[in-house]
Amino acid sequence: MALYSETVMDHFMNPRNVGSLEDADGVGRVGNAKCGDIMKMYLKIRDNVIEDVKFETFGCGSAIASSSMATEMVKGKTIDEALAVTNKDVVAALGGLPDYKLHCSVLAEESIKSAVKNYYDRNGIAYDPKDFPEEDEDSCRMV
Amino acid sequence: MRVYADNAATTQMSEAALAAMLPCLREEYGNPSSLHSLGQKAAEILWDSREKVAACIGASPKEIYFTSGGSEADNQAIISAARIGAEKGKRHIVSTSFEHHAVLHTLKALEKAGFEVELLPVGEIGNITPDQVEAAIRPDTCLVTVMYANNEIGSVLPVSEIGAICRDKGVLFHTDAVQAAGHLPIDVSAQNIDLLSLSAHKFHGPKGVGVLYARRGVRLTNVINGGAQERGKRAGTENVAGIAGMAAALEEAVSRLDENAAKVTRLRDRLIEGLSQIPCSILNGDPIKRLPGNVSFCFEGIEGESLLLLLDAKGICASSGSACTSGSLDPSHVLLAIGRPHEIAHGSLRLSLSELNTDEDVDLILAEVPRVVEYLRSISPLWQERR
Repeated sequence: MALYSETVMDHFMNPRNVGSLEDADGVGRVGNAKCGDIMKMYLKIRDNVIEDVKFETFGCGSAIASSSMATEMVKGKTIDEALAVTNKDVVAALGGLPDYKLHCSVLAEESIKSAVKNYYDRNGIAYDPKDFPEEDEDSCRMV
Repeated sequence: MRVYADNAATTQMSEAALAAMLPCLREEYGNPSSLHSLGQKAAEILWDSREKVAACIGASPKEIYFTSGGSEADNQAIISAARIGAEKGKRHIVSTSFEHHAVLHTLKALEKAGFEVELLPVGEIGNITPDQVEAAIRPDTCLVTVMYANNEIGSVLPVSEIGAICRDKGVLFHTDAVQAAGHLPIDVSAQNIDLLSLSAHKFHGPKGVGVLYARRGVRLTNVINGGAQERGKRAGTENVAGIAGMAAALEEAVSRLDENAAKVTRLRDRLIEGLSQIPCSILNGDPIKRLPGNVSFCFEGIEGESLLLLLDAKGICASSGSACTSGSLDPSHVLLAIGRPHEIAHGSLRLSLSELNTDEDVDLILAEVPRVVEYLRSISPLWQERR
């Protein structure tokens, strides 16, 4: 049995939207080096629509694949649509992840939310902090 | 092209091992405990294998106990020594912080049972000195268990010197020689080793079989109870084919030890020199006292699992001590023991060679690893922020 689904391997081997955006309107960074995965998400937003998105990831195969899939799922979408993307959606789109890799999909969801929050902060747009992940986690998580 | 550089995980079976096994699986299928001629033929194969293994490590055949592998041998060795110690009121055990889990987890269980376990620090280089062991031994020390060579970072430990100290102090000495057997010289009497574990599949033998050597007079405690096999110390019908394969593999490995070590060391040093050129790379383990086939590096800014997957796609089989590859939250305890921070330990790569590897294999590895590391760094926020 292969470690990962074909879709995961495809997104890992040929990641979509990898890189950074110099003039990003929102940048999110989640995870930490100690735990072995960091995702950084760059959003270009115009008229409430995510016009472009790029990511950089330090992490395992499923972390890279999850970030890549997440960028595909939010590109061209409205901010609200992007915020509605959950880790379960990412897992489903990837054709599943091993249980002990589910936290990678959580990071993918949180990296999008964190980038949107950064966009809101930069533009003085009000939001409910409860809808966004806490920053600077100290402890590593499995899920 | 496939390059197998994960020989510390397991090795390809040798033709000699296979040739020794096949008759046991086909026509000589008797149970060595049976009285009839078919059974007695199997008993003969078993005895013959015992003699061969004993000769390879300087032991006598009656000091050889066949087990299911290195882990079982480690468990039984440590449990036995602890029992002997406890009967004399000695409950202190000395070991190192980077032993295999088969040793560390057995020690952990003994701690819960009231033993005091002292794990010697292995320093940044990943080794210990005989003086550290001597200083740690107390009147109530019942066992020193120190690995012959480390499986992840390749350091070779001063077991002969430690053996001499233990013998002098009257303390039992066990060594987990799983990575050493068939690769480094072993002479249990000259090295004053009381208990030693080895595993067949690390030297081109089959999986699922190993040896516990116990010096005559060291009373073993059963881990598996039942029939009278292995002089009553390890129940269960013997894995005759596996044992025959192990004996053949070990005999061949020992007869070619110097020649293989010279060849593998040369390939290893080519790899170490080449991979050291990668910026922000660091060699793990003792650079001098080192297993012939072990190459272990940490590369800053990347994670080991993605490195392995990309190398696999290029045909290179290797391993890593990152958390993701172990399915746990923490990277390898060995890399943490030598002081690598978590984020550096996540970016580890172990290449372990055998005499079956070639210069072409090394060429491919030296072409692909720097490329893959550079690519992963190019998409790593950790690396980008660092620059």
